[in-house]
Order: sequence, then structure tokens, then C-alpha cells
Amino acid sequence: MSGIPHDHYEPKTGFEKWLHERLPIVSLLYTTMTIPTPKNLNWMWIWGVVLAFTLVLQIITGVVLAMHYTPNAQMAFDSVEFIMRDVNAGWALRYLHANGASLFFLAVYMHIFRGLYYGSYKSPREVTWIVGMLIYFVMMATGFMGYVLPWGNMSFWGATVITGLFGAIPGIGDTLQTFLLGGPAVDNATLNRFFSLHYLLPFILAALVVVHIWAFHTTGNNNPTGVEVRRGSKAEVKKDTLPFWPYFVVKDLFALSAILTVFFVIVYFMPNYLGEPVNYTRANALSTPSEIIPEWYFLPFYAILRAFTSDVWVVQISSFLTGGIVDAKFFGVIAMFGSLVVVVLVPWLDTSSVRSGRYRPSFRWWFALLVLDFIVLMWAGSQPPAGMVPAISLIGATYWFGYFLVILPLLGVMEKPDPRPATIEEDFDAHYPPKDATASAAE
Amino acid sequence: MIKHTILAALVAFSFSTSVVVAEEHARVEDFQFSFEGPFGKFDPNQLQRGLQVYAEVCSACHGLNLVAFRNLGDPGSPQMAPDQIKAFAKMFDVADTSDGAEPGDIRSAIPADNFPSVTSAGAPDLSLMAKARAGFHGPMGSGLNQLFKGMGGPEYIASLLTGFTGEEKEQAGTTLYGNTAFPGGWLSMPPPLEDGAVDFRNGNKNDVRAMSQDVAAFLMWTAEPKMMIRKKTGFLVVAFMILLTTLLYLSNKKLWASVKRKD
Repeated sequence: MSGIPHDHYEPKTGFEKWLHERLPIVSLLYTTMTIPTPKNLNWMWIWGVVLAFTLVLQIITGVVLAMHYTPNAQMAFDSVEFIMRDVNAGWALRYLHANGASLFFLAVYMHIFRGLYYGSYKSPREVTWIVGMLIYFVMMATGFMGYVLPWGNMSFWGATVITGLFGAIPGIGDTLQTFLLGGPAVDNATLNRFFSLHYLLPFILAALVVVHIWAFHTTGNNNPTGVEVRRGSKAEVKKDTLPFWPYFVVKDLFALSAILTVFFVIVYFMPNYLGEPVNYTRANALSTPSEIIPEWYFLPFYAILRAFTSDVWVVQISSFLTGGIVDAKFFGVIAMFGSLVVVVLVPWLDTSSVRSGRYRPSFRWWFALLVLDFIVLMWAGSQPPAGMVPAISLIGATYWFGYFLVILPLLGVMEKPDPRPATIEEDFDAHYPPKDATASAAE
Repeated sequence: MIKHTILAALVAFSFSTSVVVAEEHARVEDFQFSFEGPFGKFDPNQLQRGLQVYAEVCSACHGLNLVAFRNLGDPGSPQMAPDQIKAFAKMFDVADTSDGAEPGDIRSAIPADNFPSVTSAGAPDLSLMAKARAGFHGPMGSGLNQLFKGMGGPEYIASLLTGFTGEEKEQAGTTLYGNTAFPGGWLSMPPPLEDGAVDFRNGNKNDVRAMSQDVAAFLMWTAEPKMMIRKKTGFLVVAFMILLTTLLYLSNKKLWASVKRKD
């Protein structure tokens, strides 16, 4: 499976040989678990395992919640309260599931920004990257539809606003929105299809995760230096790598355990901190909340959506050129989806031949600014669009596009990279000097 | 060093802005409740007093339809005795849906029933009110002070009940009452409590402020009846996770020691 030379599974007992000839499943497990992994991976390489765990957590708690939940506009809110009050440990299941979504998105953002910094999207890992972004899109759809299910008032109005985005598409918008909602407005039909899809999508997500892992097990992991594992012989590979089991399994489990400790503190002591109080009020089509705020993990993109108001000159020009078809609303929708599309295209937008940001002196600053930009946009998305907020959102949105469409293509040509280590082994030895080397240096 | 500077800047920032935010928004006082913080517990006596305030005052207009009378005896609740609950439930009327009952028939409630919903006055149901309102948001809407003060639902309720200014105005045929905690400053609920409105059996303080806190605590319980078991479980879970994390840390350290040439 892997392009890196490695030991193969040898069936030993009679039964193993019998099974191996019919279904090489043990071989698959062996190759997956013992894959040669760059030994210099740092603590930013733990989020993949956190994500895998969270997916399983969400599926298990979700399946049990679905046993008690009723997807009906008249009964959904009460059934969630029934779970909170009368189902055994139902409160724990629901708080784990709701906060689990936050853990999921925290981990996915760390994972994505890790990839952006260390150039994990660069050749030959473009397919891993694209599949990863697909997973992220499915996650967003699943998270959004899950938020609608409790049928609180923010659920209802969130669903109205987000499906309204599709209504902004010229020509087919209204028809598309009606199709998505199953009617002219958010109602029982909407709730039912969202429940059905919220149950379905995680399994598609799980399948995509398998493809994601398959892809990067074919290319091998990236690592903090961005220097590839030497593949000349198994002996060379051994100098750069360690088997996944036990070295990285135990490391990842330690990190997962530390992160879950914090997660459980939130779940058991402040479970509503990340939620919106309005959602403990029943859905009410006649009462719009004073502010419709999405969950924190959608805020940066929500800020980009709102940034392009009709007084922004780009919006005015595009509205003029298209004869009003691309108005401010549609422009915002294009900008929001566009801000995700540029991330998908980053393997081809980044022209630098140097993979890791560690050896790119100016890239590092632009990248730090991108992280800051993401946080500022998150804040801007949570604020009512008044005062300085629209201006800040617009600057933030402009930098987001500028980073991917202008800075990354130019930097690759203009920047003079720092010297890189020739091998992973060299990088590792620089951190952890061999005993004889220190001894000879001391003499 | 840099971390400390950033932290200091953040703290200074949050102090300087929280004052501004407090002035802009409706005023919510940070009441002290026994159930706050990881070690906080509901005080069953306070919950019973709050229940009495609800039953004698609030229930005239507000329902509580997600709460069952039987819940009043659960662990981490007002912890009333079964016969007390039976007698208490009897004072409420609920719709009779038994075989042979005509639509519109009523009977007195039993412990298995929920509190009736009251819709006559157009007042909202109070079951979840303590979780449906946040008292604190700042600084700058970031929600950071909710980390330390809690979401502030009960604080909001107590502030609302103690926040009437005594002013009245007519608007579109409705009388509105001035209130320092209500967003916008005016609401259609007249001041429901006055000093001594409810007499507590054991002679507890019954001024507006004390009763407001009691009923706010009670409504926190109705909104989050499993809070006590949640925190108790939390301690076990977090203690277990700290132990597990320590063991995994040591395992990882030992496993990598030879690779990192540290043994």
C-alpha cells in the first residue's frame, strides 16, 4: 500500500495462511499499523487521531440520541428535553454530542492550519488535501443540520438564513431553496430531511476518512521539515522513520487523553458555554432573535459572507458589469464559498518548491497573519454588523483572498528560502544529538 | 515571557472594556448562588422556597410544562417527600385525558403529571428560562467573562425581578414597566413581587431581593435538573482522565527515551 519500502506481513500459522489466501485483512491491518512514520513529527501531528476519535464519539452518541429523538416540528424540542430529563444519562449524551461538534471543528482547524504551514498539500499529497477538504465540507453540512435538530429558535432562524444563501443564486435560487427546504419555508419537511441527512452524512464522512488515510499512506506522511523520507532501501527508511505502532499510537493517545480532559471539563462543568441561550427557546417563525449568530466554527465564513455589502466598490463593479445579476447578496455567497474554494486550490496556488514553512522566512509572517485573520474574522462574525465591524470584516476577507490568490503565488517566486536539512535523520539528530556525537563534542 | 505579556494585555483589555459593555447593555447583577462553580450545589431549602414563590406568584401567568411533579423528589432537586409531592400536585389542575373524559374536563394533578402550561396571559413558559437567557456576554461580546461568572441566566432572572424602576408608560394600549435588566428597559410584566408577598414556613427572609434569588435558583433547577449528577460525574471523569493522561505521558516518555537518546 505504501510507496515507502517496509516489512510485509508473513502469515505464520495454518489459519493465518488459510485466511490470507482468501482475505488479506490481517496484512492490511499490519501494513496500516506499522507504516513507517517520520520520526520527527511534532505535536501538531496529533489532530488526525483526535479527529478520528471524535468522529467515532459523534457517531456513537448520535446513534443513541437518535433512538430517543423525534424529528417532528411539534415534538422535536420536547423530545430533546425528554432526553435531558428522563433518558438515562441522556443529558451526558446530548452534551457530549453538542460539545463534540466543537471539539471536531477545533481539531479540524488545527489540522488544516498544520497542513497549510508545513505545506502538507504540496505534491504528491494534493489528493489527500482535496479529500480532506471534502471531509471538512461534509462536516460543515452535518454540523449545520445537526444544529437545526433541537428545533430551538436559533436552529430555526439559522436554517432560514443558511438555506437563504442558496436562494440568492440568480435564476434557480428560489426553486433550489424550496427544494432544499421541502416547502416555501423552514418547517416540518425541512426538519425531517435534515435529520435524515444528519444521520447519513457521517457515514459518507467516515468513507472519505478511509480514502484520506489511504491517500497519505500511499505518499507517506509529511513532516515538519517537508523533506521526504529516503526510499532507497529499508535500511535508509529505518533511519528516517519509526513504525506507527507503538511510537505514534502511544504519543497520539497521550495527546488525545490530554485534550479529552479539557473537553470533559467543558462537557461536565460548562456544557452550555459554547451554545446560544436563545436555542433553549422553541422555534418560532414569528419571533426573530435579535441577532442570528451561527456556531463559533462557522463565524469566519459568516463574516466573509456579510463583508461584501452593496457599498463595497468590487460589489458595485460586479453588479454593474453583470447588469445587476451579481448583487451584494449573491456576491457575499460567492465570496463565502470562494473563500473555501481557494483553500481547496492551494496546492496549485502555492508556487514555492519548499514544502515546510519552517524554511520560508517571509512566508512564516504571512502565515501568522492568516491565523490572526481567521481569529479576527471569527470575532467579526459574532458581532452585530455595525460600527467598525463591517470594515474589519472586509479587511479580513480581503486578506484571506489576498493570501491565497496573490501572496502564495508571488512568494514562491520572490522568497529566498533558508537552508534545509538533507534528511529527516539530520533534523532529528540536531534535536536529539547521538550519544557518541555529544561525547566527542565534549572532549 | 511573550505569553505573559499577551496574557497581561488580554486581562487589561477585558477589565477596561467590561465597564463600557456593562453600561451599554441592560444591567445584570452578579448574584452569588450556591450552585455556581464546579463545587456548587443546589440548596434544597432554597429550591423549596423558590418553588413556593413560583406556586404562589409566578404560576398565575407562567407555565412550567417541562417539569413533572415527581421531579420534585429527585436527587439534586427540592427533595420533597413523596407524600408532600402528592399533596402539592393536588393543588394544580390538569386536563383530564382518561377514558370517558370529555374534552375540556380537568382533574387535579398527580406526581406523574407535568406542571400545567399556562398560556392565558401570553407569558412565556419558565421551564428553561434560566438557560434561555444569558446574563453576561463581555468583553466585546467574546463571552470571556461567562467563563468566570457562568452564563448568568439565574442572575438575569433575579436582576429582572429586582430591577423594576417603578416607572410606567402606555404604548399601543399596553402598560409597560421600567426595568433595568430587561433589554430595551421596558417590559409588559408588572412588578410581580413585593416585600412579604410570600410567607416562608421557617421564617426565611421574604423581601423582594431574597425571594427573587430563591425563585431564580428554583428556575435554574427546572432548567437543568441534572446539574448535581452532572458535576459529580464530571469529577470522576476528569479525575480518571488526569490519571490516564499521566500514565500515557509516562508510557510515551519511556517508549521514546531510547529513540531520543535520553536513557
